[in-house]
Amino acid sequence: MHLKLPALAAACTGLFGLAVVFAFFYAPADADQGLSQRIFYFHVPLALTSYACFGWGAWKALKYLRGRDERADLESYVAIHQGVIFGALTLLTGSIWARISWGVWWSWGEDELVLFLVLFLFYCAYFMLRFSVDPGPARANMSAVYALFGVVLIPVSFLAIRLSKQFIHPVVFKLQGPQMTGAQFFTFCVCLAAMLTLFATMYAIELAGKRLDCSLRELKELLS
Amino acid sequence: MTQSEKYTAAAYLVVFLGVLVYVVIIGSKLQRLQRQVEQLVELVKDKRTDG
Repeated sequence: MHLKLPALAAACTGLFGLAVVFAFFYAPADADQGLSQRIFYFHVPLALTSYACFGWGAWKALKYLRGRDERADLESYVAIHQGVIFGALTLLTGSIWARISWGVWWSWGEDELVLFLVLFLFYCAYFMLRFSVDPGPARANMSAVYALFGVVLIPVSFLAIRLSKQFIHPVVFKLQGPQMTGAQFFTFCVCLAAMLTLFATMYAIELAGKRLDCSLRELKELLS
Repeated sequence: MTQSEKYTAAAYLVVFLGVLVYVVIIGSKLQRLQRQVEQLVELVKDKRTDG
């Protein structure tokens, strides 16, 4: 753990530096959207990372329900917390992109936007549920079941972009492959790697802090 | 600076500010943990002198 965290933080910093350089100086400008298309290099990896966080949180929730291991409950909570942060950033960057491309900050008529918002709000409610119950097995059980239900919304949100009737939201990844040049796809991959490494770093830091907090509380009880 | 440039810069800035706010929150939590550790050290010292 002591070696892993600095290595992750260093990799994250390096990858983010590369991601910005590639997004602005290496990837060619989009013929239709121009400069604003470069928001895509952060917006889509943010959305995919939030899905990964929620998926990881659900996996840990399943692990908790199978083994009743308190560590898995804490890991599930931290992953979902990260997912909400990445989700909020996805909504903010998407809204800025919508303002340039569509002329509006938000469109209630777009299925993919509304479904992502539903997913985001569903996981925001996770915290209300979790903190409305006293710590213990009951809280951990409820949180785990809720996290598992939420993961069902991920494929719905992901597929909504493809099923959307209006087809205004750009669909870049099709069955035929990514609809972009090699340089654009490579830049996207670097940005996705940077975002996933950021998640791994933030997850490790927050988890270490929470575990330390728990250990200190136990120690305090033992000493008092 | 064109509108497109302004909005693109804003989108990237939002992400960096988000991460920065997170780092500040984690930093303040670490300071709180540090204070708790110091309190516990004092508690152990007091118990030793009492014993």
